[in-house]
Amino acid sequence: MMKLPLWLRAYGGMLVIFLLGPSLMIIPMSLSSGRTLRFPPPGYSWQWYETLLTSSLWLNAAQTSLRVGLLTALAATILGTLTALGLARGRFWGRNALQALVLSPMIIPLVLIAIATFAVFVRWRIAGSLWGLVLAHTVLALPFVVINVLASLRTVDRTLELAAANLGAGPLRCFAYVTLPLIMPGMLAGALFAFITSWDEIVVAIFLTSPRLRTLPIVMWGQLRTELDPTIAAAATLLTLLTTLIFALGLWLRQRQTA
Amino acid sequence: MTQTSRRMAWLVVPALIFLLLFFLYPLLLMLQRSISEPSWGLHNFVRIANSSTYLRVLLNTLRMALAVTFFCLLLGYPYAYLMTLAKPRWAGLLLIAVLIPFWSSILVRTYAWTVLLQDSGVINSLLLELGIITRPLRLMRNFTGVVIGMTHVLLPFMVLPLYAVMQRIDLDLLRAAQSLGARPAAAFRQVFLPLSLSGVYAGCLLVFVVALGYYITPTLLGSPRETMMGDMVVQQIQQVRNWGMGSALGVVLLAVTLLLLACVARVVNINAVLGGDEL
Repeated sequence: MMKLPLWLRAYGGMLVIFLLGPSLMIIPMSLSSGRTLRFPPPGYSWQWYETLLTSSLWLNAAQTSLRVGLLTALAATILGTLTALGLARGRFWGRNALQALVLSPMIIPLVLIAIATFAVFVRWRIAGSLWGLVLAHTVLALPFVVINVLASLRTVDRTLELAAANLGAGPLRCFAYVTLPLIMPGMLAGALFAFITSWDEIVVAIFLTSPRLRTLPIVMWGQLRTELDPTIAAAATLLTLLTTLIFALGLWLRQRQTA
Repeated sequence: MTQTSRRMAWLVVPALIFLLLFFLYPLLLMLQRSISEPSWGLHNFVRIANSSTYLRVLLNTLRMALAVTFFCLLLGYPYAYLMTLAKPRWAGLLLIAVLIPFWSSILVRTYAWTVLLQDSGVINSLLLELGIITRPLRLMRNFTGVVIGMTHVLLPFMVLPLYAVMQRIDLDLLRAAQSLGARPAAAFRQVFLPLSLSGVYAGCLLVFVVALGYYITPTLLGSPRETMMGDMVVQQIQQVRNWGMGSALGVVLLAVTLLLLACVARVVNINAVLGGDEL
């Protein structure tokens, strides 16, 4: 290893604070005993969590977010796994172009995806419905499943599949008993990332939700512009904790696969 | 084998149909509306080109994206360099520190910045209490606020491609240069820096592209003077209800984005940068 200059290490520490500090600062503020957002808080209490967990507005939103997130994860995982298998094992014209198409929702401006989808969904009369939001979120989540499953397919030893085929297993049996168990961690990681994509998503949701269908980020967005009491801080804390937990789980699954 | 390969190719069909219906078709419809509403022709684009308001927003957007790219590079390059040199365990932790904000909600992070930056916010209270300033600094609802917030959000897009390129640089080259008598700074400048340039190009273009289309952060941390393209598109559609104009602005944004992406693709494999496979 090369010797690391001290200033570089100090700089790294400072940047880590810059990256994580703002989100971490929310935690003590959400535990404030005061009525306004202040740092450091005048004292500590769980009152804002109580407000949050007894409010039907937030609870309904959490339920909606959970439903949309789970359905998105399911749809994206099925579609994405098939796509990854086709991309990795199939030979066909335009394969690179297709991969670019699948990954492009990651970098095309979200606002554009949002308004374009909104316009079409209004015509199809699914704007503001649960399914509309799930379909739009699946487009955004698909790349993460494809990337994770592709990565795990790379670690699968092809000779195992060939051996199964030689021993008389048909393609479906071969997939179910050999390939599927091997890529399962990649699929699960993809599913988790797909879930967070939907769970945290705000731009598309602004257009595709309705007063009867509100997700957590939408409720936060509404409150952010009107009031600034610590309930939002409590919601933000729970949101961040959950996201970090799911993300860590996904990362762990992926590590285990490549290790 | 070839027969299996051909059969496996059918597995991509469901996703292809899905994306054609729910991703490509909406974007194509937007393209069509930009030239068909209120009447067929390029009126909307002519209006954009002749209007000082739209041009100012376009210029604002470019200026903001440029500033954010600059700060991301300034902050991200030493960080990626540190990750490359650090022991694998530390590099892993540094990577996680970049990835957690990447995954946590943009809304939550922008909210955290409003708490930090507002006139009665954490930073101003601290500075006032310490007696460093006598009046609160204006840190948000202006250019500074948007730059800070967006740099924080977009830093991963700089660090990840930089790290991907730096990881592949053979550090023995640096050691060789130093054992041949180059000072560490010279070895860095003449050996490491040139080899890392493709990562710099990729990171800068990626950050720039993503910054161009940003929506939430500029709205919450900026003022109307910092209105960016994304906000303009939404305003046209939500408030003015002018789908033709909104779509035309969207098409301009999309065209700039795709053009820049094509430039990125010439320097690095975008699929690989985004974590996909090098087919």
